[in-house]
Amino acid sequence: MNALAISDLRKVYKNGFEALKGIDINVAEGDFFALLGPNGAGKSTAIGIISSLVNKTSGQVEVFGHDLDKDPEAVKSCIGLVPQEFNFNMWERIGEIVVNQAGFYGIPRKEAWRRAEASLKQLDLWDKRNQMSRTLSGGMKRRLMIARALVHRPKLLILDEPTAGVDIEIRRSMWAFMSELNAQGTTIILTTHYLEEAESLCRNIAIINQGRIVENTRMDQLLRQLHTETFVLNLRDPLADLPGLDGFQLKRLDEQRIEVAINSDQSINHLFEQLTNKGVGITSMRNKQNRLEQLFINMLENSRNGAAQ
Amino acid sequence: MTRYSRYWTAFLTIFTKELLRFTRIWLQTILPPAITTTLYYIIFGNLIGSRIGEMDGFSYIDFIVPGLILMAVITNSYSNVVSSFFSSKYQHHVEELIISPVPNWIILAGYVAGGVSRGVLVGVTVTAVSLFFTDIQVQSYGWTLMVFVLTAILFSLAGFINAVYANSFDDITIVPTFILTPLTYLGGVFYSINMLPEFWQQVSLANPILYMVNAFRYGLLGVSDISMVAALGIVVLFILALTTFSLMLLSRGIGIKT
Repeated sequence: MNALAISDLRKVYKNGFEALKGIDINVAEGDFFALLGPNGAGKSTAIGIISSLVNKTSGQVEVFGHDLDKDPEAVKSCIGLVPQEFNFNMWERIGEIVVNQAGFYGIPRKEAWRRAEASLKQLDLWDKRNQMSRTLSGGMKRRLMIARALVHRPKLLILDEPTAGVDIEIRRSMWAFMSELNAQGTTIILTTHYLEEAESLCRNIAIINQGRIVENTRMDQLLRQLHTETFVLNLRDPLADLPGLDGFQLKRLDEQRIEVAINSDQSINHLFEQLTNKGVGITSMRNKQNRLEQLFINMLENSRNGAAQ
Repeated sequence: MTRYSRYWTAFLTIFTKELLRFTRIWLQTILPPAITTTLYYIIFGNLIGSRIGEMDGFSYIDFIVPGLILMAVITNSYSNVVSSFFSSKYQHHVEELIISPVPNWIILAGYVAGGVSRGVLVGVTVTAVSLFFTDIQVQSYGWTLMVFVLTAILFSLAGFINAVYANSFDDITIVPTFILTPLTYLGGVFYSINMLPEFWQQVSLANPILYMVNAFRYGLLGVSDISMVAALGIVVLFILALTTFSLMLLSRGIGIKT
């Protein structure tokens, strides 16, 4: 069964702006799914419709087989949402925010506190349960929204840019937490602008642009579409002139760094072999751009060009 | 967990949240009406009222007590819901409710119960204050209590509708300032409409608050300017209309969803 099945979903706002132009998305149960797109592409509108915050114009949404139009309560019971913007009461205590959310799902107060304790401990917030939410740092506020979204144990967790604005240490701990949740069976839909995050966590991906799905495939298949990767090589010794190499174009960034583009049919060993023969020592190398980022930009450009034509 | 036990828990959660919200800030919510009413009793009841003489067979202070109690109930039940629900829209935490499997009628019932509680609590406080100034013999406890609660329900619903349409803090003060307060003052709190010329008596009958003030005065003092059947009918009719309208707003997501 699909955790989420969206067909021909459209949204036209009152001002006439068409945010979604008939999108289809299927997310399998247990998947870790990335929904990517530039700002204003329609990601948040789609998430808003799935979670009942936005009224759709037409189309169908099913969550674990429950139709949003026919049985909204069943759909809502399956979903946990971590929105992009902070949307809790800044004048309420952290513990109460989580417990009240459980109450809205019909979980009695005693059980709600037990679950809140578990969620807040997992996200290192239990010690702060009596603090007002406005006193938390940005990263803690994000974790509070995750704890709140998990308190009713949703089968489908929707994370709308959950790591925006948090430092790398917290981001990595959140990645570990999300991976663990997914491993335990929770289906996760993630939107993010950190494409490294989507690449390392998600198995399937949809890219949305200008209200249309421009790609929907497995992450590994998508990455295979990348024909050229650009690497930055750090040199052992300063280099005055670029050596001429057979089949590779080098670009000098500064005296100790060069850049090289490698096609999918080329061998990286061949590059190193030639560099070694020319007496150029390499101490380290890295991708100039994240692979998914490179693909993402290509796709958006293609999509824009297609629309322009 | 049955569907209705889930609903009951959800209702209790909204209601408790509302109750805690206004009781925590009792200095802003409970105390001011008590002080204002004390001033009304001192100035209009004792100082000026002693020179006015009797109204409808009662001393002036006895005559204005029911209206002042009900005025506190109206203002507080209205402002509790309008400020709380608008604040939840403004801070976006109304989304916590919208994404949850809580039926709209439970959301409405939770907020209205919160408004009624504040209205009743302030009403009881103002009644307690009035006992320092007068010695009212209640004519009908059942009728008084019924009008008390129905009025609180009606104005909690009105506050909810105002909050749904409000886009700014100005919008939640316009209705109380320019509509609710004039209607309350002209609703027979401080005078009997029998004192008015015939034309203005007829105009006053279009004011729904007049019916509530008179119905409440009837419960406390046993006198009224209008028929009790009409008064009760109007209150119940307004409650039904506002409930239907509020549920329609929630169902369409007006002012809440995009």
